[in-house]
Amino acid sequence: MNSKISFRGVVKTFPLKGATFTALGEVDLDIADQEFVTVVGPSGCGKSTLMSMAAGLQEPDSGSVLVDGKPVRGPGPDRGVIFQQYALFPWLTVRQNVEFGLKLASVPADERRRRTDDAIDLVGLGEFADALPKTLSGGMKQRCAIARAYAVDPQVLLMDEPFGALDALTRVQLQDQLLRTWSQEKRTVLFITHDVDEAVYLANRVVVMAAGPGRIHRVIDVDLPYPRTEEIRLSAEFRRIRNEVWTSVYHQDEAAPAA
Amino acid sequence: MAVITPLDKTAAPAQRQQQQSRRSVRPLLLGGLALAAGVGAWAVVAALGLVENLPTPAAVASKAGTMVADGTLASDTSASLRRVFIGYALGVVVAVPVGFLMGWYPVVRAVVEPYIQFFRTIPPLALIPLAVVLLGIGEVPKIAVICMASFMACVVASFQGVVDVDRTLINAARVLGASDRVIFAKVVVPASTPFILVGMRIGLGASWATVVAAELIGAQEGLGYRMQKAATWFDMDAIFVSLITIGVLGLVMDRLLLLAERRLTGWQERR
Repeated sequence: MNSKISFRGVVKTFPLKGATFTALGEVDLDIADQEFVTVVGPSGCGKSTLMSMAAGLQEPDSGSVLVDGKPVRGPGPDRGVIFQQYALFPWLTVRQNVEFGLKLASVPADERRRRTDDAIDLVGLGEFADALPKTLSGGMKQRCAIARAYAVDPQVLLMDEPFGALDALTRVQLQDQLLRTWSQEKRTVLFITHDVDEAVYLANRVVVMAAGPGRIHRVIDVDLPYPRTEEIRLSAEFRRIRNEVWTSVYHQDEAAPAA
Repeated sequence: MAVITPLDKTAAPAQRQQQQSRRSVRPLLLGGLALAAGVGAWAVVAALGLVENLPTPAAVASKAGTMVADGTLASDTSASLRRVFIGYALGVVVAVPVGFLMGWYPVVRAVVEPYIQFFRTIPPLALIPLAVVLLGIGEVPKIAVICMASFMACVVASFQGVVDVDRTLINAARVLGASDRVIFAKVVVPASTPFILVGMRIGLGASWATVVAAELIGAQEGLGYRMQKAATWFDMDAIFVSLITIGVLGLVMDRLLLLAERRLTGWQERR
């Protein structure tokens, strides 16, 4: 498999009250180019740490994280990151937020303008381009953050529970929007969530993690066609996979571990 | 969202305007009423002789007229203002970079913080005798003490501002490709501006508090000096004129800073 992102024997520990807390113990995972992989698991299973290392915000204690076969050395604009807390710069307007990465990349003004507008239109925030984040709802803030990540045109999207703080309706809207853009300009997506339905609905593959120490418990393929629709969401097959994932998240002791 | 948008757009400005006018007119009116009531109460208390030696508002007003006419009020005011401005500006100009360095470099923090914590517990007024001995009785010790007062207030605020910058914002900039220098200029500086402005306002208050005391050190003019001198002559009217002038000047400068704060940090989500 020609993998876009690889975790090879990744171990990560943190000091915790004098002891060491093993966030991740020996994780191996390969994510193919243009694949949409979601990661679910109980809190403390190290799923956010996994993403953080792919983003280059944290380094593994041992093992390696590879993107395009090259070890990750710090963050870079080839990997767009979307945080649960939106992380918009509150003193910048929507447009200025979206432009931020393009300015850093010294993209010429007219191209910058065009790409900014495209990204803002893509997430449907055109009318709010000159608004400050404080005037936006949670869903709009997250769409702005997504536009900011899209603008620099990363090949990889790393999303850390991006819709976790949103209401159910907004969440479904943003899931559909994300799938639409992903099917248009196939990027590799690593998507962390604690919502089993969300994990199944979005992904090619669901990675179920276990805690203490953080490790991969099972990897479940989602053989559902794209585009994913409401019909699929209500289908028996969806329910079957969802139940399988649910069981392996919430009843990890009973479920058969991955081979 | 599409349904709500047009409603939002038409409803918001009208509502906001109404809110704004209510917000700005009512407190102004209430403030004026409170002021009038205060002066009225003062006039009654003075007329009834309830407090010994309390001058009447009319006497203070006429004294103010004389002090304006003979130029003493203007020269005192400008002398005090100059000291406050120079001392305060110097304090702020030094405090902001020091606070930034402390917040950004743990080493600087470790070295500087004990000193700051130590000197912070000493009221600037307590430094006046020391300043006189070390720096004489000219302008320098006065300005130095004011500078110290504003520095202490401001340095802690800027340091805290840098330390409190949301880690996620820094990470968001890093993943977009920002270097440390860019993060400092584009994230840390704007994110800590609200803290710095609060520090600047506290520092301004401290500077005014200090100038009066500082002018007790052999000054030839200044509002604090005038009060001190008036007290020896038992000139209550002049004391009141100086007091009110200090209060008004402090208030005006604080409002100016508040205005700047609103302009610069209007992006904040207020709870």
